[in-house]
Amino acid sequence: MQTLIAYVENKPGVLNRVSSLARRLAINIDSLTVGPTENEEVARMTIVAHTDERGAHRLEASLEKLVDVLLAENISERSVLERDLALIKVAADQKSRPHLMELIKVFRGRVVDVAPESLIVEVSGTVDKIDGLLEVLRPYGVLEMARTGRIAMTRGGDLLQPPGVTGTAKLSAA
Amino acid sequence: MKLTGAEILCQSLEHLGVEHVFGYPGGAILPVYDALGKSKLHHILVRHEQGATHMADGYARASGGVGVAMATSGPGATNMVTGIATAMLDSSPIVCITGQVGSKLLGSDAFQEIDITGITMPITKHNVVVSKVEDIARTVREAFVIAKSGRPGPVLVDITKDAQQASTEFDWSTTEPQLPPKRIRPGVNKAELDRAQELLHSAKRPLILAGHGIMISGAMQAFEKFVTAGHFPVAMTLLGIGCFPANHPLNLGMMGMHGEAWVNHAIQEADLLIAVGMRFDDRVTGDLRTYAKSARKIHIEIDRAEINKNVPVDAALVGDARDVLEQLIPLVEKKDRPEWLSRIKEMKGDSAVRDIQSLPDTGHLYAAHVINDLWKETNGEAIVVTDVGQHQMWEAQYYHHNKPRTLVTSGGLGTMGFALPAAIGSKFAKPDSDVWVVVGDGGFQMTMCELATIVQEKIKVNIAIINNGYLGMVRQWQEFFYDKRYVATPLVAPDFAALANAFGIRGERVTGRGDVVSTIRAARASKESVLIDFRVEQEDSVYPMVPAGASLHEMIRRPHNPLVETAAEP
Repeated sequence: MQTLIAYVENKPGVLNRVSSLARRLAINIDSLTVGPTENEEVARMTIVAHTDERGAHRLEASLEKLVDVLLAENISERSVLERDLALIKVAADQKSRPHLMELIKVFRGRVVDVAPESLIVEVSGTVDKIDGLLEVLRPYGVLEMARTGRIAMTRGGDLLQPPGVTGTAKLSAA
Repeated sequence: MKLTGAEILCQSLEHLGVEHVFGYPGGAILPVYDALGKSKLHHILVRHEQGATHMADGYARASGGVGVAMATSGPGATNMVTGIATAMLDSSPIVCITGQVGSKLLGSDAFQEIDITGITMPITKHNVVVSKVEDIARTVREAFVIAKSGRPGPVLVDITKDAQQASTEFDWSTTEPQLPPKRIRPGVNKAELDRAQELLHSAKRPLILAGHGIMISGAMQAFEKFVTAGHFPVAMTLLGIGCFPANHPLNLGMMGMHGEAWVNHAIQEADLLIAVGMRFDDRVTGDLRTYAKSARKIHIEIDRAEINKNVPVDAALVGDARDVLEQLIPLVEKKDRPEWLSRIKEMKGDSAVRDIQSLPDTGHLYAAHVINDLWKETNGEAIVVTDVGQHQMWEAQYYHHNKPRTLVTSGGLGTMGFALPAAIGSKFAKPDSDVWVVVGDGGFQMTMCELATIVQEKIKVNIAIINNGYLGMVRQWQEFFYDKRYVATPLVAPDFAALANAFGIRGERVTGRGDVVSTIRAARASKESVLIDFRVEQEDSVYPMVPAGASLHEMIRRPHNPLVETAAEP
């Protein structure tokens, strides 16, 4: 699994170009998240792809050839903070609810909705953590799940900013 | 001054230095055609939009500039797809302008509406829909920048009919390209350059693989300096042919599936490969597991995505070929390499006897004879435009190009039907050059409608059809790998000479070796285009051949006593 960050022009069709490229290279995307940045003309993508280092290099270099991609970088080998967010609807009756609450607490999840026969838990963290919670919830009956896919950021002074964009804050040390 | 979008488009093309537009009109592009009529642009009416794209491509390849093709929406645009893909695979800068239905009708399945930007996304370097008149000039300027910069490629600009019809103030100076602010990667990495220098110094059996990138970057002089500085033998890719003179003593010839045997053996025995502007395509490497096992590799390449794609390299010099070569030249040590060069010569000696030119004249006409005579008669100075297949490989083997941009051929996509229209484009790019189409009887039938374009434009393009009555390369594969089961390869063709006459072009037929030279001479002397139907051996094959997936040194060689049939009369 390889993680790439891309800054792209925030305009219609760009997501299509990015995903179409991965398809053309026969690289399966595990998750792709897009969101705004400080600059409204630029969007940031986190792409997690089922490929090896060579495939990731090719994806990175090919992405950067797209006119609308400002920067693409494979951050798999760097010190990275990764987050995934999940909403999980679990079957819960009066009897099982207290057990569930205990488990959710251990995983630092939050119960955000309670109904007579189910509850919704919100949990964020690494993929492993969410997968871990899921595993223990499964015996109770996972009714529905929505996950955002990973967002990632390099740690500390390892900055990955969009090129040529004014108004981006710089590290004072930089 | 207020102008319509259509007028702005034409004026923008003029500002960009465009003289020729290859196209075909239709409803959604009609406003542009109306403006075209009032402009200084010379529009060449093609017979099929595929032809327009190949012409733009041929124009770009022969001139080094950007070719422009134009078509209407819907089927006009979809007919361009093959030509766009051809340009994409061979890094040829063309700009395709298509009309689109009015912006209010977009997505309504209106008459002749098609999502051409969606269709061409993976086969263009970039494409864009323009639906505002204010955006036309800037977008077209951007298209030219994108098509030509870095690794070149096709760009498609789809302009809605209402944008063509609407009017706005037009001032060229305010329409500067506004391309996204992309990351600028630093030039050649110093550590990689040091490593390359080390590899160059320590190599005993170095070999250069020269590709199309040398031509694209205009690095011919730097390349020759580099070659001479290190006394490196050079092998050519198909599209590299011409970037280094064929008559240079260090030029070994073409590599790959139908490359010269000694070149492929030299690659397998080399201890250093210096790849310049080439991409280790499967047609030049054969089986990657056994490819150049004893060689370290230096890769000079402008496209980062090509580095380590097929062949892992020891030093990657990412950048424009000319820039990188100029940095490398001072680092090269002159060495004579007598052992290595005499080893190559020894391997060449073994191959020369198999050369078809040394076969006695038994009354049979081989394609190789035709190409060889064409080369001699044109002093090796013609622009030769080929399709894909046997004739293409024979041309590459027997026509020796000394000048860049004199071989125009469909390499990566291998497009049948490319040659005739691409030759028309080449002729417009180089009107004073002797332009020859060398084409098979199969490929010619795919786009032969463009003969009418030649006549209407009153240009001179000579056509040599290598007619063997088969889809020759496919037949060859059937002979070698499918036990001679010739399924769907025997090919009935019209009488090409009569067909040419019907179009208003002089047609000739040659069946014997003795008539080749005189017919070529007469064709060259004629003021008008001449088509020559060369009836060659029907079951001749291209040798040597590395079967697909085999190791580069495992070549099928020409049998010593070729038993071949004579070409049949129709």
